[in-house]
Amino acid sequence: MNLLSGMWQWLTDPTNWTGTGAIPARMLEHVAYSGVVMLVAVLVAVPLGLLVGHTGRGAGVVIGVSGALRALPTLGLLTLFSLLMGLGLVPPLLALVILAVPPILTATYAGVAEVDPAVKDAAKAQGMTPGQVLGHVEVPLALPVAMGGIRNAALQVIATATVAAYINLGGLGRYLIDGLAVRDYSRMLGSVLLVAVLALAADAVLAALQRAVSSPGIRTSPTEK
Amino acid sequence: MTTTSPTPGPRAPRFSRRALLPAAVAGVLVLSACGSSDPLAEDDQSAGSDDGAVTVGSADFPESQIIAELYAGVLRDAGVEATTEPGIGAREAYVSAVEDGSIDLVPDYTGNLLLYVDSESKAASADEIMAELPDALPEGLTVLEPSEAENKDAMVVTQDTADEYSLTSISDMASVCGELVIAGPPEFQERAYGLPGLESKYNCVPESFEPINDGGGSLTVDTLTRGDADVANIFTTTPAIEEQNLVVLEDPENNFIAQQVIPLAAEDRLPEGSEDALNELSSKLTTEDLIELNQAVSGDGAVSPQQAAQKWLEENGYDAA
Repeated sequence: MNLLSGMWQWLTDPTNWTGTGAIPARMLEHVAYSGVVMLVAVLVAVPLGLLVGHTGRGAGVVIGVSGALRALPTLGLLTLFSLLMGLGLVPPLLALVILAVPPILTATYAGVAEVDPAVKDAAKAQGMTPGQVLGHVEVPLALPVAMGGIRNAALQVIATATVAAYINLGGLGRYLIDGLAVRDYSRMLGSVLLVAVLALAADAVLAALQRAVSSPGIRTSPTEK
Repeated sequence: MTTTSPTPGPRAPRFSRRALLPAAVAGVLVLSACGSSDPLAEDDQSAGSDDGAVTVGSADFPESQIIAELYAGVLRDAGVEATTEPGIGAREAYVSAVEDGSIDLVPDYTGNLLLYVDSESKAASADEIMAELPDALPEGLTVLEPSEAENKDAMVVTQDTADEYSLTSISDMASVCGELVIAGPPEFQERAYGLPGLESKYNCVPESFEPINDGGGSLTVDTLTRGDADVANIFTTTPAIEEQNLVVLEDPENNFIAQQVIPLAAEDRLPEGSEDALNELSSKLTTEDLIELNQAVSGDGAVSPQQAAQKWLEENGYDAA
């Protein structure tokens, strides 16, 4: 009860909403870190997932490596990269990309691999080149599943981007880590709420996007074959 | 005899389980006393001193365990039977362990111990703290002589930075503070001894503060040696101070309160000769010794706190076997 009212006080204190280290600035930093991480992760994972799903080669390796990457703790990676490279944006972003790639990669691969072989054969029979089969058949059919992986990754990245504040960076994690350091639980709880709101908002945006990019023919039941 | 384990298990159950042991011993002694001709003669004896043996406890971090082993070692050297009870926990746990008699002696640090028993105290220098500490302690607790060895927060710079700005103390920082970047744990921004203290006591407002959340560990040291920060807030017994040839800046205004190593003991429970032996150790032990001992128990080729303490005792002419 006390904690909740403290959190409310922190969230509604106008001094927390203006200035350089204020909530809007921290949210913007948080969104920026998460956005860059997601962009890089999508650029790495989607083409790789399409390639592996289309050719069917290397699936075992990709699934295995993705699984192994998921087991790496982000905070441990952040510390390791920071010790190797020094401070800066690269260590936390790299650690977060490693967190984001596996769900996107496996979902993209699964989306493509699950396309009905009969549909692909039909496309080929109509004279489509392998590129056209990928672009016109496999990608549209795989998109809903791949988007599911991207949404999953985005949720994880936004929640985990708080680790950037373990070193001298910003984002909403700043309140979490600084609050813990001085046992200010109201501040911690407030920032946790903001992170959750941000994650849910991002998920809502991506859900709308997922719907928009889904081919009308499969829109009603995106996960069914 | 209780032996040191380098990685203490879950703390709370371990403590409570072990705490039962002296109580059980006391129970047995009381029962056996009942059978003797004069039961009342034994009545006022407490658990810790019954057999003339001293149980030395320690907090749950390596340095405290090392010092506890040193205490036990010098007591044995003085002919007093001593065992250790390492990794009891935080101050709350080990102070009450001394009070309830499950341990007789524990190493502590003067500044934090004083603030624990008197949170209002404004004492900052080593002398001010020692002037208040003995009287501030609750009934039944006592402290012996403090050591010169100290583990406290400090402002630390590289040798290059010290030369460049000719820094030997935090006062020297004042004129160049605006050009310096300070790294330290996040709480340094807000605690009284942190940025607020530097500003009010030394008129020092750094160019920026870089929070590194590893408690003055390798990431903080790395930030300093790499040049991402000019000054770092780390502890005076961090091995990196010797390994990287870092300079600990003096603190003439006592922004960081003194934290001398001191034996906290149960009053009247230490056998004859213990006090002298412990005071002699305290007079010998230096901060550099603590750095070396911390170094010995960390990193590659780390030994146990017991082994590190044993080696120090042998090198300093004790027979602690």
